[in-house]
Amino acid sequence: MSKNKPKSIRQARTQWDGLFWTTMSVFGVFYLALIIAMLVADFQFANWSDMSSLLSDERVRFSIWLSLISCTIAAILSLWVAIPTGFLLARLGSESMTQRLGQRSSGCRRLFNWARYFIDTLLDIPIVLPPLVVGISLLVLFQTPAGRWLDQWTGELFASLGYTGIRGITYEIPAVILAQFTVAAAFAVRTMRNTFEQIDDRPERVALTLGASHYQAFSMVALPQAWRGIVAAFTLAWARSLGEFGPILIFAGTARMKTEVLSTTVYLNFQFGNLRGAVSASLILVTLAIVVLILTRLLTLGGSSKKGVIV
Amino acid sequence: MISVQQLLLRQGDFELSQISFEIPLNSYAILMGATGSGKTTLLESICGLRAISGGKIWIGGDEITRTPPAQRQIGYVPQDSSLFPTMKVHRQIAFGMEVRGFSQAERNQRVEELASSLDITEILDRYPRGLSGGEKQRVALARALSFRPRLLCLDEPLSALDDDTRSNLTRLLKKIQQSESVTVLHITHNVEEGIELGTVHFRLDKGQVRSVGCEDFGDKNTA
Repeated sequence: MSKNKPKSIRQARTQWDGLFWTTMSVFGVFYLALIIAMLVADFQFANWSDMSSLLSDERVRFSIWLSLISCTIAAILSLWVAIPTGFLLARLGSESMTQRLGQRSSGCRRLFNWARYFIDTLLDIPIVLPPLVVGISLLVLFQTPAGRWLDQWTGELFASLGYTGIRGITYEIPAVILAQFTVAAAFAVRTMRNTFEQIDDRPERVALTLGASHYQAFSMVALPQAWRGIVAAFTLAWARSLGEFGPILIFAGTARMKTEVLSTTVYLNFQFGNLRGAVSASLILVTLAIVVLILTRLLTLGGSSKKGVIV
Repeated sequence: MISVQQLLLRQGDFELSQISFEIPLNSYAILMGATGSGKTTLLESICGLRAISGGKIWIGGDEITRTPPAQRQIGYVPQDSSLFPTMKVHRQIAFGMEVRGFSQAERNQRVEELASSLDITEILDRYPRGLSGGEKQRVALARALSFRPRLLCLDEPLSALDDDTRSNLTRLLKKIQQSESVTVLHITHNVEEGIELGTVHFRLDKGQVRSVGCEDFGDKNTA
């Protein structure tokens, strides 16, 4: 009896384990099946002749090029903001900073923590706001005196450089990039923050004792460790920009051969009743997104969570 | 003379107050104390990595209490080595000279000299990943010594090593301290290690640092 009891417990445990893994797998497989089914349906709906006729359209080719260029610029700008901001947020919340603040009064410490949480929340706003609201907010911003001045100044700058095609920001190509950047940068900042949080700050502190300035400790010790996170942040910002639609629609419009990007091509085709054209444009978006995701996975292959790989 | 006078450190509920001790130049000082007594905190304060609430620190007549860590001329070897993961050992050792603007030739000469003394010439072209615990500590030691610091702070450098490696490194530490003529402040839990290496001995207990004789060093009641 005493021998049978542990055996029965073991059997029951094995059964429960099996049930647990099966249940978990069912949920995962359900979502995976949904993604695959959507893609298969898209590919079945559109045929090659739809795709080739779409690609032969000069306006569509323009939207593809504008998408590729604007997404790349938006992703570079996002990184430019995300690397320093992510580093600051990660290090200001680090143990070493807490140790330094430990010497200060509790009031000072509380104020610092409030400021940090406030800034952190502000940086998340573009992620949680409905995309249309981001677009409207940008549009309203450029109706203020400062916004109007910047709009005009940008137009003059491009004119002085010989680009008369761009007359400002609003409803022009810079608006496309700014709309993409506004949302994409928030994701990039979050990725870089997580990356730097996962990088131990002790080597940077040792670098200080070796004679390095804070900039040298950042650029020579912390930054090289964050390369996988940087690739991830760039990809995320790029992919996010590629799929951006709401802010572009409001802030940059959908002028063909001017501010039309792939996501707006899908919308315009759908609006004019050309569902096959909309699906074909969607497939170009899907293909680009998959290529970027695969490239990122390959580039960051062998990385672990400790190396700051977020995607 | 390395002199710490009336040092006051506060970290939440933890406090070290009225910490005073002196280490003669070119001596090997050992600091022992129970876990959580604040040894690492004290060492990091001396290195400038923690702000202090009061007191003063001097090295050879220069007050360094408010001096940034980069200008203190203190070499620091943390317990876990904290090597730079993306740098090869050679560049890692030369780091302190590189940021100080030494020429490539000077850096190479110093790295070769230290690598030879610490027996790490074979691993100069490797990254820290994959090095053994003893190798990592020797690299960290070479890195801290590269710019000829006035004080070398070692935070339990031998604690995570096996007996043979520990014994080898103990001999090496003794040799390198004499050849480099550097003052050392070494934290350890190991009494034998402290007796073998130390020329002056301290114990941190109940927030106070007290000098103890070598013969009483292992006795906790001495403090």
